[in-house]
Amino acid sequence: MSSTPSLLIENLAFAYPDGNQALYGVNLRIEKGERVALLGPNGAGKTTLVMHMNGIHPTSHGSVHVAGQLVDAKDKASLKVIRSKVGIVFQDPDDQLFMPTVGEDIAFGPYNMGKRGAELDAIVDEALQLVGMSEYKDRPPHHLSFGQRRRVAVATVLAMKPEILVLDEPSSNLDPASRRELADILRSLDITMVMVTHDLPYAFELCERSVILSGGIIVADSSTHEILTDSALLAANRLELPVGFSIQ
Amino acid sequence: MGYFALIIAVAISAKIPIKTLFTRALIEVPFVFFAFLMPFFGKGEVVSVGPFDLYQEGLIAAAGILIKGTLGVLTAITLSTSTTAREMLRGLEKLNLPTLMVQIASFMLRYVNVVNDEMERMKVARESRGFSATGIKHWKVLATAAGALFIRSYERGERVHLAMLSRGYTGVLPHEEPPKLSKSIWFTALTLPISALTILAISLGLNI
Repeated sequence: MSSTPSLLIENLAFAYPDGNQALYGVNLRIEKGERVALLGPNGAGKTTLVMHMNGIHPTSHGSVHVAGQLVDAKDKASLKVIRSKVGIVFQDPDDQLFMPTVGEDIAFGPYNMGKRGAELDAIVDEALQLVGMSEYKDRPPHHLSFGQRRRVAVATVLAMKPEILVLDEPSSNLDPASRRELADILRSLDITMVMVTHDLPYAFELCERSVILSGGIIVADSSTHEILTDSALLAANRLELPVGFSIQ
Repeated sequence: MGYFALIIAVAISAKIPIKTLFTRALIEVPFVFFAFLMPFFGKGEVVSVGPFDLYQEGLIAAAGILIKGTLGVLTAITLSTSTTAREMLRGLEKLNLPTLMVQIASFMLRYVNVVNDEMERMKVARESRGFSATGIKHWKVLATAAGALFIRSYERGERVHLAMLSRGYTGVLPHEEPPKLSKSIWFTALTLPISALTILAISLGLNI
């Protein structure tokens, strides 16, 4: 407990402007290098929690620290640093890939961080290589398959060299092969990872630890194995393993 | 005629097959259709061409539209076939068009397919439930669909903006430093406007 955690969330509560309360005091500590699955039913507040991790939603109550640094939506300069440390991969790659070509899209983040010229090129090439998409550098995103676009979306975030990678439903809409390829890529990355998902086998495959967010609070925080074998806990939180899937 | 030859010459040097050029130029046909009607209506001097009595003024106006239209379409086709949209945007940026407009154009370029796909899916969904737009009474449904598409695109715009902010967007899109152009490239590029000016000068000279 001596080293600084990658992510430290304390007593985080949040209500939307219309009065709808999404989070009721969330506490979460994620150490450097951990891979954690954030599980929970629809409407549990998972996306709201993710939006707090890089200051898109200002914290009204409680605090969020990324690598020891407070996320403060009012401090624009620190927010820029935070956003380079927290890489969020959104659910729909079309929302994330907005530049005319794959290469330019990956360059977008590092460029905003002040990288130029040969250094920028090297970062782009490295990120593409990490997700195995090097030969698609000059292609426009709409010519790629959905799985390829998801991989490029991961690369755009990796190019920022984040402290922590946050993935929102990484396996959704992927065919089985793309799903496995993405798992291989994610496993090969040496990085702190938070994976928001309903895909319990995917969480089991990739994350040693899981937390369940339900009704705006963390209701369980344990090893993925322990959580997925507790059928009463899963049922209470509208989570189910696929039929025929069992964990020894 | 001079301009026409010039465009063909440019197209050939850009390695565009002449056939492609003319097939694509067919898009002009519905627009020039009305030009053909012009000589039949009007007033003033009448010229007989075969079985028709045509008005001279209309004839000249129609010829003007036809020639200008064809030249314009051929130029646009030559540009769009030889230059990618991406390069055109970069060119506009270099010509000091406000960056905001260049950004809007480049986002349009990126998302026109996405929005189009969404529209297609909505159409398929409508038709799968037995809807076919046959008359004015169906416009209400189509208008609702257009509204829904607008809202969806607007919300997508917000999500894209969020994704941009997450990667440190501050109002400027990255652009590559353009490569330094050699003198010979400038020279080649300048031949086009210079020849066009020459033709203009000659035709003005002939008129006087």
